[in-house]
Amino acid sequence: MAGKPRVAFYWAGSCGGCEIAVLEIRERILDLAQAVDIIFWPVAMDFKYQDVEAMEDGSIDVCFFNGAIRSAENEHLARLFRAKSKTLVAYGSCAHEGCIPGLANLSDREGIFEVVYRENPSVENPEKLVPVTRYDLPEGEVELPTFYDTVRTLGQTVPVDYSVPGCPPQAHQSWAVFEAFVKGELPPVGSVIGAGEKTVCDECEHVKEEKKVKQFFRIHEIVPDEKKCLLEQGIICAGPATRSGCGALCPTANLPCRGCYGPPPGVVDQGAKFLSAVASVVDANTEEEAARIVSQIADPIGTFYRFGLAASLLRRRKLDQ
Amino acid sequence: MAQNGFEPHIVAFLCNWCTYAAADAAGISRMQQPLNVDVIRVMCSGRIDPSFVLMAFLEGADGVIVSGCHPPGDCHYGEGNYKTFRRMPLLERLLQDYGIEKERFHWGWISAAEAPKWAQLTKEFTSRIKELGPLEWKGYLKEMESEEA
Repeated sequence: MAGKPRVAFYWAGSCGGCEIAVLEIRERILDLAQAVDIIFWPVAMDFKYQDVEAMEDGSIDVCFFNGAIRSAENEHLARLFRAKSKTLVAYGSCAHEGCIPGLANLSDREGIFEVVYRENPSVENPEKLVPVTRYDLPEGEVELPTFYDTVRTLGQTVPVDYSVPGCPPQAHQSWAVFEAFVKGELPPVGSVIGAGEKTVCDECEHVKEEKKVKQFFRIHEIVPDEKKCLLEQGIICAGPATRSGCGALCPTANLPCRGCYGPPPGVVDQGAKFLSAVASVVDANTEEEAARIVSQIADPIGTFYRFGLAASLLRRRKLDQ
Repeated sequence: MAQNGFEPHIVAFLCNWCTYAAADAAGISRMQQPLNVDVIRVMCSGRIDPSFVLMAFLEGADGVIVSGCHPPGDCHYGEGNYKTFRRMPLLERLLQDYGIEKERFHWGWISAAEAPKWAQLTKEFTSRIKELGPLEWKGYLKEMESEEA
């Protein structure tokens, strides 16, 4: 490509952690700024949407898009950046698989508004107001983007070229991804980049022996042995059903993997594989005992799909109509 | 009889050695069965990944059956069915979390010698799903993903 690659960063439905994750490369951000032209980055630099709208289609070389698609504004920007970018990267778990915002798919707009604007004990809203998309003020009509019933991933909204998993992506992985783009050393379109090809267990140094679990614990209910496999101690760990690449960050701190790097290669539904892996190690030889032990697992859908609900096969909960 | 002519689509994952043999015997013996059940033969009920069941519901099943060899001793592979009875109670809860009525999912055991039990299950399960009505997962997703405020 002629001149420096033109790069954009954007955030949609996300917490902002992926923006911090870019800065986690620390002083190398200066090398990055040398190697590329950053032409859009709302968190760090002052650009307007109109600046992007004015660009020619395909004039951005790479757009790193983080955040899920939760509102009409998110979708508009996803379509805009798809049109303007040669390469669109789903950067981070929200864009890749919906992440924590995707858990909103257990409810819908009405249910979420009810809790957030009316029911929460800390809310003071005597008139019971909730946001509307259009409202007439004396100064004229004001508009808010539509809040969707269902959170979608970036890839469910527009075609995505690459995905970088992680909540957030780890700094060494982000750096490797930026380098690959600058050098033009990229795998085939559609690949997951900035991650491994195995599972978190492969990177985890806890000693793994035979997995036989008689009792499950939540993390506040047990002080785990620092050497033994956490799953073997009855702590629900997503390691067996999660892509490697983070360096087993959470298990190294003696906390179970929660699954943020998404499904390993070849897995279509991370939650189903996670459930299957956990249930298989239950040490029960009768149906009654197995049922009793698995009943100790609280909130199956929130546990097994903490990061992947929006990208799962069924995508959301069916609500009573 | 079908309510409003609704004919449910039911997917049954059956192990090769027990329930599939029972279903086969039920057919050969000309036992009356509803036409709503599509059988998918797998080598062992322990082979049935929970994602198979989710995929069936996504792709239009109104009900799903998982059936294998009676525990403890019937499994051709020793303890494949142990995996089944460890996984299925949890999958049952997951399906309810997804808002799928628990009556739409049946799991259990039918041996090769229990052809009448298979024929009976297909009848009872089909009429139960007819009562519940269609699931239409993809239609529901489409409705919930439309941009209409």
